[in-house]
Amino acid sequence: MHRLQSLANRSLISGAFDQCPALPRTSVKTSPKKSPCRVGVRRKSQEASIDGPYGLKRYSTSEATVAATVGNGQIREKTLTMETLNPQVKAVEYAVRGPIVIKAGEIERYLQEGGKKPFTEVIKANIGDAHAMGQQPITFLRQVVALCTFPELLDSPSFPKDAKWRARRILQSCGGQMLKHWVDCIRQDIAAYIEQRDQGVPANWENIFLTTGASDGIVSILRLLVSGQAHARTGVMIPIPQYPLYSAAIAEMDAVQVNYYLDEDNCWALDVHELHRAYQTAKEHCQPRVLCIINPGNPTGQVQSKKCIKDVLHFAYEENLFVMADEVYQDNVYAPDCQFHSFKKVLYEMGPEYFNSVELASFHSSSKGYTGECGFRGGFMEIVNLDPEVKSQLVKMLSVRLCPPVTGQAAMDVIVNPPQPDEPSHGQFYKEKGLVLGALADKAKLTEHILNAVPGIKCNPVQGAMYAFPRIFIPPRAVEEAQALGMQPDMMYCLRLLEETGICVVPGSGFGQREGSYHFRMTILPSAEKLKVLLEKVHDFHIKFLNEYSALDEAQRSVS
Amino acid sequence: MGFFCGTLLGRQTASAVQSWCARSTRLLRLKDFHNRCSREEREACFLQPPTHPRAHTHTHTHTHTHTHTHTHTHTHTPPTTSAAVSIEEGEEMTENSVVHRGKVLTLGTMNPSVKRVEYAVRGPIVQRAVQLEQELKQGIQKPFTEVIKANIGDCHAMGQQPITFFRQVLALCCYPDLLEDNRFPEDTKTRARRILQACGGGSLGSYSASQGIEIVRQDVARYIEKRDGGIPCNPDNIYLTTGASDGITTMLKLLVSGEGSSRTGVMISIPQYPLYSAALAELSAVQISYYLDEENCWSLAVGELQHALEAARQYCRPRVLCIINPGNPTGQVQSRQCIEDVIKFAAEQNLFLMADEVYQDNVYADGCRFHSFKKVLFEMGSKYSDQVELVSFHSTSKCYMGECGFRAGYMEVVNMDPEVKVQLTKLVSVRLCPPVPGQVLLDLVVNPPLPEEPSYRTFFEERSATLAMLAEKARMTQQILNEVPGITCNPVQGAMYTFPRIQLPPKAIAQAKEKGQAPDMFYCMKLLEETGICLVPGSGFGQRDGTYHFRMTILPPTDKLKIVLAKIKEFHQSFTEQYS
Repeated sequence: MHRLQSLANRSLISGAFDQCPALPRTSVKTSPKKSPCRVGVRRKSQEASIDGPYGLKRYSTSEATVAATVGNGQIREKTLTMETLNPQVKAVEYAVRGPIVIKAGEIERYLQEGGKKPFTEVIKANIGDAHAMGQQPITFLRQVVALCTFPELLDSPSFPKDAKWRARRILQSCGGQMLKHWVDCIRQDIAAYIEQRDQGVPANWENIFLTTGASDGIVSILRLLVSGQAHARTGVMIPIPQYPLYSAAIAEMDAVQVNYYLDEDNCWALDVHELHRAYQTAKEHCQPRVLCIINPGNPTGQVQSKKCIKDVLHFAYEENLFVMADEVYQDNVYAPDCQFHSFKKVLYEMGPEYFNSVELASFHSSSKGYTGECGFRGGFMEIVNLDPEVKSQLVKMLSVRLCPPVTGQAAMDVIVNPPQPDEPSHGQFYKEKGLVLGALADKAKLTEHILNAVPGIKCNPVQGAMYAFPRIFIPPRAVEEAQALGMQPDMMYCLRLLEETGICVVPGSGFGQREGSYHFRMTILPSAEKLKVLLEKVHDFHIKFLNEYSALDEAQRSVS
Repeated sequence: MGFFCGTLLGRQTASAVQSWCARSTRLLRLKDFHNRCSREEREACFLQPPTHPRAHTHTHTHTHTHTHTHTHTHTHTPPTTSAAVSIEEGEEMTENSVVHRGKVLTLGTMNPSVKRVEYAVRGPIVQRAVQLEQELKQGIQKPFTEVIKANIGDCHAMGQQPITFFRQVLALCCYPDLLEDNRFPEDTKTRARRILQACGGGSLGSYSASQGIEIVRQDVARYIEKRDGGIPCNPDNIYLTTGASDGITTMLKLLVSGEGSSRTGVMISIPQYPLYSAALAELSAVQISYYLDEENCWSLAVGELQHALEAARQYCRPRVLCIINPGNPTGQVQSRQCIEDVIKFAAEQNLFLMADEVYQDNVYADGCRFHSFKKVLFEMGSKYSDQVELVSFHSTSKCYMGECGFRAGYMEVVNMDPEVKVQLTKLVSVRLCPPVPGQVLLDLVVNPPLPEEPSYRTFFEERSATLAMLAEKARMTQQILNEVPGITCNPVQGAMYTFPRIQLPPKAIAQAKEKGQAPDMFYCMKLLEETGICLVPGSGFGQRDGTYHFRMTILPPTDKLKIVLAKIKEFHQSFTEQYS
């Protein structure tokens, strides 16, 4: 009973604010479990802190100690301090670029300045940043973007005709220059691409919105959806483990995070019963209105079956949920028995009753797939069945930000409108694309294979996306040690891995995981050679770590 | 210096690790009911008509447009749950006669703060302009042959040519094979190589650091130092952004907190650039309007600031003062003395200063000069420069560059609490990074060709030609508009807009009110329908009650601008006749 209760509670991690992060233990003790009746008390103390006890918090940095005097000698405090900062901003967490990555940056700088470490370079396997890991850009894409940027090159003989043709078309649609909110011809190309991907399921280009990377789209749609107070506040269902953009956005908007757990024992599959459980529990506290799905999974790398997508859509239909399908890894499917099915296509196949009613937003990006153009911040979303009045609200809201970067829009256009068989760039384009995806598939297998050979590490197959999310056994003594340090055990593990080997991975606690289980996320992006070295280092480190806590045997027993 | 940075960073990391751990240890967090309740109170409080008479006027104007565009909003009370929606809207029949449920996301259930957002620069009048363009394309007869969009500061769309040097370097960075092409000047290649080296994997396609590429931030810092006559600038205080808008909303997001009467109040100028009011609406912050003095060339009077602040204290906690200099939409350039007064005021009243300085290179009037807030702050001595919290914004979209599409910009924070800075860095990291091509562009803007470099001549010529042209158009616009009886136009000292005051006959005002439109919206709509010229009504920026304006850009090419101005003149005369 107790266990069930704790599970239920856990599925409702709030986007609540954090009182005083600098004092971990006390804040942990005071903030959970508040009953509504104690609320007033807490608010008072919070308001008091705006005016009050500044003495508590200062570090003695030169900037912070500045409490200069003004006019008649009064002490002037800063206007913007931890006490007056927007509490929702404080509640935001983003592990992928969190403290461990900041630490990695520091070590890198230290090495550059000639410092000594037991390794010579920091390998960043924390973020899906393909080009930084040496993946080569797709030539055709870069040609088109370069032509759009510097149209004089349209006269240059060194660019193929098909690249020039595309650039001219984009430039024309921009009104000769590089700006338009959403370049209409790109939206039309995207619609055509979706129709082709979904084997003829109709796509209306007016339902397509270009975005600044997929993140921008996800945040915008969530912003529309979050409303209501207290029990009527919008609840957003997200998978655990999740990509922390979701929890960060939910925290920032002060929505209610409703967790549903993916089934690690079943290759991180999504079980509809778990959705029901999470939904029912959450209903007592909030109004669940949104269901987020990441397929292929980040950080978990699973690819959803068509049957599973159908079940999910049926559930959303029954419970009246807005579905947000994060499909940025749609081109990254490696396992031979897996195939990407778009939510939109499956919805269509379920018949008009579903296709005409379920509200669905699907997201794609130029950052993943085979192009890996993260820096361009290109992306789009397609929204079906959106209330037309809400659509004009969305357009208005997006207008305030003016427009997504046009270079990203141009990159997106190449992705959805690649060279055709009769065009000169076709051969090279498909060769490059095949190379990138082939290498990723090999690395996905390699990673799973080597990690599973380590005692105390268990890794599900990387069916898609760009990450492995292996479960790691952390000996009880190490767990205790971490807790004494006020740290998550997998955070301690990853920090030590970084300090001892230079490998930067993200602890599972940054993505969420079942209580008592520990993981890390690593990308499969480093070059095959580097990846092998990296995995061997992880192997050695893990064994050393287990030995240190004399738990090697235990590990073999526990995760087998 | 280097040592200082190192230690500071170390400490920041330590505290970040600590707070991260603190939060993640707390595995079980029930929903924070308290937060809910207080938010409700806050909303209720916000929705009450503010007591400040000026703020009231402002909301009043907004209501007009609002009622007009979304009458249906008010016909049913916003339901709080989606269950309520399905009851209310009942079951609908689709075209193919399949019964389906009410939508999850409707005007009734959507985020109310998003609904409150208004953004006139791309508002209904612009939507109508786009429609008209399509109708023209379809061959429908109109009293004009093209729609001229003078609504938005989009230089390139108006035919301004991009700076060759910028585009060359960008093309080289996008497609490094071009580094072998001998038609590119050597200095463009040097820049491209240097920037590519600073990118992960030597590719623009890598994410950069969330704060921006380090060498770009260093170059920005050096540029600011040079601009401000040597006042030091620390690259750690520079954050690259996705256009200035991104920086402004991010900073406001940090600053807005509190409930009820301690909710953050943000002082903005009226007329203002509507990004501010839109962001404040979205954040449910309290907008405190201070009025610029139209009789005095839109200058800012500290007495007015004081007045607005005192009145606002009753219903919020004023914590932020936003200044746009050179002004948008008003085109004034602030004097050094005025800036000093504003800084003193901010210091006395403990306000966080946000200086929107995106038009810093767009100063045309003789006798006017751009003074950065940072420079003035530091010239005022350590009493001020050690304590006033300031953030300043710049962008590549304006000035002589006009590269709006690349979405590049930066902000410099001064005297920011180091712990808050950690929070800022965390917040921007969720969006991963600003577009890298834009960062490259920004680097070129702050680090243009030197006199001894091969691209210098062309660069300099292009830059001067663009700025001279703008200055000329600023003069011309002011002159022609002032010749029209019933239109008065302050000098366009800087920026890219003119914001003339228009006299509207009482009959026209009455008719507009009948239609539920702001009178200047009515005027601009008619202008659009009759002449094809797209302007933004002054009510979208805010104006004193009973006065009417429009904003037009001075960006169309000179010939076209002359036609635009002549058409406005003609229209205004016939409009006045028609309604008198």
